Amino acid sequence: MKRREPLSNTQLLMTIAIGIFVAMYGAAMAFLGGGFLRFQQVFDLLNDNAYLIIISCALTIVMIGGGINISVGGVISLTVMACALYLNGTGIENSFLSITVTLLLALGIGLAFGIGQGFLVSYLEIQPFIVTLAGMFLSRGLTTILSVNPVKVTHEGFQALVKTKIQIPFLGYVAQNGNQIPAKLEIGAVVAIAVVVLSYLLLRFVKLGRNIYALGGNQQSALMLGINVRRTRFMSYVLSGLLSGLAGFVFLMHKPAGNSSVAMRSEMDAIAASIIGGTLLTGGVGNVIGAFFGAMILATIQKIIALSPLNESWWQEMASGVLLGFFIILQSVVLSSREKRRARKSAAGGVRKE
Amino acid sequence: MQNDAVLTMRGISKTFPGTRALDRVDFTLRRGEIHALMGENGAGKSTLIKVLTGVYEKDGGSIWVDGTEGEAHIHSPQDAQQIGISTVYQEITLCPNLTVAENMFIGRSEGAVVRWKDYEKKATAILKNLGIPARARQELSSCSLAVQQMVAIARAVDMNCKVLILDEPTSSLDDKEVEMLFSLMRDLKSRGVGIIFVTHFLEQVYEVSDRITVLRNGQLVGEFAVEDLPQVELVAKMMGKNLNDLEDMQLAGQKHEAGEEVIYQAEGLSSSDSRPFDFQIRKGEVNGFTGLLGSGRSESVRAIFGADRVTGGKVRVRGKETRITKPHDAMKAGIGYLPEDRKKDGIIADLSVRENIILAMQVMKGFFHPMSRAQMEAFADEYINALSIKTASRETPVGSLSGGNQQKVILARWLLTHPDYLILDEPTRGIDVGTKLEIQKLVLRLAAEENMSITFISSEIEEMLRTCSRLIVMRDRNIVGELTGDQLTQAQVMKTIAGGEQGV
Amino acid sequence: MTGAKPKTKSKTIKSGGLGQLLIPLTALAILVLFNLIRDPAFFSIEMATNNSGNSVLSGNLISIIDSASALAIISMGMTLVTAACGGQDISVGAVGAIAGSFFVKVIKAGDTITAGSVILGMLACILATIAFMLFNGTLVAYFRIQPMIATLILFSCGRSIAYWINGSATPQLNSPIIQAMGMTIPGIPIPTPIFAVALVGLILWLVFRFTNLRLYTQSVGINQGAARLNGINPPAVKLLSFALLGVCVAVAAVIGVSRLGQLNHKTLLVDIEMDAILAVAIGGNNLGGGKFRLVGSVLGAYIIQMLTTTLYAMNVAPVNVKAYKAIVIIIIVVAGSPVIKSRLTAMVNRFRAGRVAAAGKGAE
Repeated sequence: MKRREPLSNTQLLMTIAIGIFVAMYGAAMAFLGGGFLRFQQVFDLLNDNAYLIIISCALTIVMIGGGINISVGGVISLTVMACALYLNGTGIENSFLSITVTLLLALGIGLAFGIGQGFLVSYLEIQPFIVTLAGMFLSRGLTTILSVNPVKVTHEGFQALVKTKIQIPFLGYVAQNGNQIPAKLEIGAVVAIAVVVLSYLLLRFVKLGRNIYALGGNQQSALMLGINVRRTRFMSYVLSGLLSGLAGFVFLMHKPAGNSSVAMRSEMDAIAASIIGGTLLTGGVGNVIGAFFGAMILATIQKIIALSPLNESWWQEMASGVLLGFFIILQSVVLSSREKRRARKSAAGGVRKE
Repeated sequence: MQNDAVLTMRGISKTFPGTRALDRVDFTLRRGEIHALMGENGAGKSTLIKVLTGVYEKDGGSIWVDGTEGEAHIHSPQDAQQIGISTVYQEITLCPNLTVAENMFIGRSEGAVVRWKDYEKKATAILKNLGIPARARQELSSCSLAVQQMVAIARAVDMNCKVLILDEPTSSLDDKEVEMLFSLMRDLKSRGVGIIFVTHFLEQVYEVSDRITVLRNGQLVGEFAVEDLPQVELVAKMMGKNLNDLEDMQLAGQKHEAGEEVIYQAEGLSSSDSRPFDFQIRKGEVNGFTGLLGSGRSESVRAIFGADRVTGGKVRVRGKETRITKPHDAMKAGIGYLPEDRKKDGIIADLSVRENIILAMQVMKGFFHPMSRAQMEAFADEYINALSIKTASRETPVGSLSGGNQQKVILARWLLTHPDYLILDEPTRGIDVGTKLEIQKLVLRLAAEENMSITFISSEIEEMLRTCSRLIVMRDRNIVGELTGDQLTQAQVMKTIAGGEQGV
Repeated sequence: MTGAKPKTKSKTIKSGGLGQLLIPLTALAILVLFNLIRDPAFFSIEMATNNSGNSVLSGNLISIIDSASALAIISMGMTLVTAACGGQDISVGAVGAIAGSFFVKVIKAGDTITAGSVILGMLACILATIAFMLFNGTLVAYFRIQPMIATLILFSCGRSIAYWINGSATPQLNSPIIQAMGMTIPGIPIPTPIFAVALVGLILWLVFRFTNLRLYTQSVGINQGAARLNGINPPAVKLLSFALLGVCVAVAAVIGVSRLGQLNHKTLLVDIEMDAILAVAIGGNNLGGGKFRLVGSVLGAYIIQMLTTTLYAMNVAPVNVKAYKAIVIIIIVVAGSPVIKSRLTAMVNRFRAGRVAAAGKGAE
């Protein structure tokens, strides 16, 4: 006689996000048709936004713990630039080895930023916004110190990797000339999905993940419950740093060129994606699955505008702003009405006698 | 070290900038005893407990815990948990966004992976065993405060602790829940757990405790067996005064007759949190709202002050119809309100004593009429002296004062506005006996000398009987009776609260 | 229960007191000293003739104070919002672009640029900016959304709105009046924006002097519930802080537009939100709200600008400045961090105790 518990705030907000994504995508299929009727469209969204999905997970993890990290975009640009320069300058013939070193370099840069920022936030108790703002300045600055000009990756092995796509014939479509065109998924997209799944498992089934929720829910309580609050917070920043490094590598696999304006303002997109997916900046509430759908919602709206007559960048910005506003207000209304209902219930419960 | 001791603390010292919170304090807890730790606010009880649980590092002294070789080194709450010291605090120290089961097991299980099924099975069993009305998979924030408290106790119990610290566990529980908690405590005692019980409710100490340790001003006064220390003597030891002084204080206040003029009258007043009720108070009258926790007594006075959203009813102030929908309206009508939750609704912790005292008066003067600095300082000094508020200076942040003194600051804030009608909701909760008596005396004096109408709410019926000439009894968010004159006896109040026919 | 989250503030940080200014003042002193050692002529000021033939004061010091004007003004508004709402507005740059657009739109409506049309433009600009800031404020005050999240909306679409208002990429404003506003007024050797900072500062000082804004803002920022039970209307106070920030942003936008004599919706006040928040933090204000000092934030703004100018003077390429800036910022915030502060306090106490003990021994 197991009774179903009512949806938690996390689940409720995530459900709303998924519902709206489905509705939006359905509307696009109905009114715009064309590409939206093909499965490839979903894959394209994943291919183009793999890095965004990864940093959305990074932001979600930090935000659940009650923090914020606005350096992720900068770390991506630094990683992309460093990796591009390394690949072009490497003397290693073996392309597997050189790519592995590149990946380690990317993860290493991310890890270094994660550890540094985590230390400042957790052990020196400096405001996370300021620490990661400095991290953003530092990473963007280092990017231009490495190279002011764009650097295109000429490494053959890596270019082969960029071109490698997973082909899934039965999800493909038949082109006008009768050729069967299979659906193509990039490695980066697969990595992104793997990151979502792993982050979900981490947050749900690993103690570190649960400690992050506890920390965000109530720091004082978390301390009293015997959780090492400092280490937990530190780890949340290390994870987000590591994921930003990985996102940089994924970005390079999608667009193999370093550039000082790479992933400009993507930290704000990632924050928006997390929020749309139901993560609250106050901490303790959130979910990476939601963040994934948040990123997809942002990507879809961009695509819809691009395919509509309003195809201009300022319309896209406007649309994301309006969409974000809609979600933020919706969440606020939903959560406050919920809280009111709960308060009323508990007030009634307090008087009840058995 | 005695053989049956589970915990021995010797010569514990702790200094904070400016104060010596603990001065070479000894404390011994034996196996299977309930040991009350008593003292006024600022006596060092919470500091001692925080040293024991690793929240504070001690400056000097040693701690031995049964089962641990040599001196115990406690640097963090985890250390404390590991050697078998568990704590349940007055304020809920669980995470509202996690489930009940998770709150019981987080931070103490082995391995890196969370075994949900396991947690839920065990939690369900424990909840059932202890009779706690909560479900394992329920989010904690959806439980009532009392249930949350019990979940915290369940967690501590399940940790097979040798030492269980209960820091003011009963202040948010109603009588039935307190009884449940006590039977749980006795059960644990019989299993050999040593329990440190910190509370302000003297009756509760005598109901469950075996031994009492009294602290005063950071120093040990002594350890006593319950039967050797009558209640009055305990109070005297806590306050460092002899019995005659106490009796004098209690006799000082005399009730006086209220005037005829009705100051405030409500008809069918209701708010988002309270049901419609009628109420009136005359000039110079002291009345009280009583009832169990959650009976609606606080909600009713909040409706009077416009603290919650007012949904209906007619209000007359001095006979004139007045609309009170927000606190500012009430203040303009000459009503003051000292809220139940001092920390959450009362003090502005980071602001100075001066700013906290003048706040309400300043707001009444209006946004565009700031008081001069000299004026503020004069007012602040006047009330710091009048209420003998213990503070380093008038510019000290009020948050660093002890609870009783914070309460006095809020009281000063309202007295400064010279209200016709002052509502005091639990003004004496969580503060020491001396200040309690001072506040009771002040209430009677204000009514007698300044003809102020006062509504006084307290969980301690005895205190209300001493101060109020009329008691309004509430049950299930309705007014069920009004007691005056001869009816003002403990038994009669209890009977009315419980519901006339059934008796107590 | 979900709302009841204890603010975790270290007790060693005392915002609002004079001690709050210790770190920014030290940082400023070190920067000044560093520059004096590096190049004693760094702070020399001389009279020079500018492009339009006016004689003006010139030199690094003037240029630092001049260039920091917009930042200093916005930092003041940001401090108020931070104090009242416990969060920051990250849309100030984008809203600034909107403000500039309104300014230019109104001025461009007439055939020629006259003093009248400029004043009209400024009024329109201030009103429009207040309106947009009240949108942010409403979300924060009435919908109880975290300021950073609420202002993320205008952050992402504000510049598009600015573009939409004018419909042109970079409208030009060629007029001596605009030049006088952005550079110097003929006959006065000090750049006009410096006067704007002084004016905004003076107005805010008068507001604090003749109203209870400080008490109300701090009360709401520290304990909203208690403030309400004392008759304060917290949403109104929050809205007011946003409205005042709006005025600051409008003034900063006018400075930005007139300095260049053109409006570029993409670059006007770009990224200023980050520097403004930084200035508030460097000034020793608690980003979680409550007690505050405007002077601290203004100092913070000048520190940031002096840092940038110093780096330029050391021939650091403009694109690379960010990296060095980041390092100095980290040093400043680490020095001001609660943990370091309490360590230092403990050290000082030990030192004092040691001295007292030594003195005691000496007396025996």
